[in-house]
Amino acid sequence: MSDTGTRIGPQAADAADGTAQIQIAIRGLDFFYGSNRALKGINLDLPARRATAMIGPSGCGKSTLLRVLNRMYDLYPGQRATGQVLLDGEDILDPGLDLNTLRSRIGMVFQKPTPFPMSIYQNIAFGVRLHERMSRAQLDERVEWSLTRAALWEEVKDRLGSSAMRLSGGQQQRLCIARTIAVRPEVILLDEPTSALDPISTLRIEELIDELKRDFTIAIVTHNMQQAARCADQVAFFYLGELIEVGSAAQMFTAPREKRTQDYITGRFG
Amino acid sequence: MADTAEHIVKSFEQELNRLRSLLTEMGGMVESEVALACKAVLERDETAAAGAVEADPKVDALEQQVQQFVIRLLALRQPMAQDLRLIVACLRMTGDLERIGDYAANVAKRSLVLGQFTLPFALTGLANMGRRVQQNLKAVIDAIGDSDADAAVAVWRSDEEVDGIYNALFRELITYMMEDPRNITPCTHLLFIAKNLERIGDHATNVAETLYYAVKGEPLTGARPKGDTSAYAVVRPPAA
Repeated sequence: MSDTGTRIGPQAADAADGTAQIQIAIRGLDFFYGSNRALKGINLDLPARRATAMIGPSGCGKSTLLRVLNRMYDLYPGQRATGQVLLDGEDILDPGLDLNTLRSRIGMVFQKPTPFPMSIYQNIAFGVRLHERMSRAQLDERVEWSLTRAALWEEVKDRLGSSAMRLSGGQQQRLCIARTIAVRPEVILLDEPTSALDPISTLRIEELIDELKRDFTIAIVTHNMQQAARCADQVAFFYLGELIEVGSAAQMFTAPREKRTQDYITGRFG
Repeated sequence: MADTAEHIVKSFEQELNRLRSLLTEMGGMVESEVALACKAVLERDETAAAGAVEADPKVDALEQQVQQFVIRLLALRQPMAQDLRLIVACLRMTGDLERIGDYAANVAKRSLVLGQFTLPFALTGLANMGRRVQQNLKAVIDAIGDSDADAAVAVWRSDEEVDGIYNALFRELITYMMEDPRNITPCTHLLFIAKNLERIGDHATNVAETLYYAVKGEPLTGARPKGDTSAYAVVRPPAA
């Protein structure tokens, strides 16, 4: 099968042939934990309104890359990045950049659901209030919009005042996604968002990712190869801090070009 | 495949090896079925004909076994990349091998009818064709066992020669029929036999194409040299 023959939809095709608009352009990125170079000369484009999955064995640098994309590493001394990460042409590694604004443009969802110990409503409203001034009616509307987009509204609309901690794991994760999209970011970073969830909750999140792609650019780190195959338009394989291969999901999982990619995705590593 | 490391999950590695050996086992059975069928025609050997006909249900049973095994592997192992390509390729190749077995059984059955006639001509062309087809079949089955894409390409290319012999045979047999109407029955059976051998050659090239994709991850591109022009052949009786 040729590359053209394996394309499932237009999105995969765009991601593969580069016709989609580029939201984030990573150029010559190096990352250091102290003297340890965890990312080596990464060049990668994240196409707008597409899902890019980052795969690779533990310690390959994929989560590190995600942490670079919203400057999470700034919270830790001794960690630094060099090179360029251009978000719509603007370098987010620029020390003068306002991090609050950056993090409202690039949201992140973590492996374990991290709801705030407050009501469902407040979980969403909290972040929105930090970034925008709006009336109570507008805020109500935003909360409903976010919860609807995160496929949670129907399940919680009658108990918005109850504690978020009483939701199930899968619901908590969707709440975290709702909280992330409530501030209307351009990019959503997902760091193994379903590794703590049961299979049905996992499928709900995957369906949600499919839905969110219409409006947001998605980068997802996952250890689950089938999940990358199901969710992503573009797949990037990392190994020992290097980007080994990037391609459409269809190409990467049927006929990867690099032997290391092939050995990893077929379970022949090491 | 030849140049890759072992699978971390040993039982999966064993299953892939078993799948490959099921295919080569089936290939071996089909190979001997075709050999028996050719022997039956060329040497008027009824025992060989019976052997070919009896082998066919065993080939069919192996095809079923491969199919079920493939479905199981897809469901339980969720294979990726070259594993996925190999497993899907085996499903396709088992179908081609099964058809080759069917054609061989048909050749064997026709040889029994042919045995009732005295032929006033030699079967040199048919013998040559049978030999080439068997060579290609053996080569492609060996290629499955070795995951040898180059050998697959060689088989793919050499089918054109088989087609060339078939075209010549087609004209030759029509000429015999024109010469003497008593030749019509045996020559018609010989035409079907030749056509069956030609189809066996085509299925062997299908196997070669499928194997190439499984090994290389890209299709065998370029138009296959196709030489069967008998569809357009006109043979006219000499003007009286």
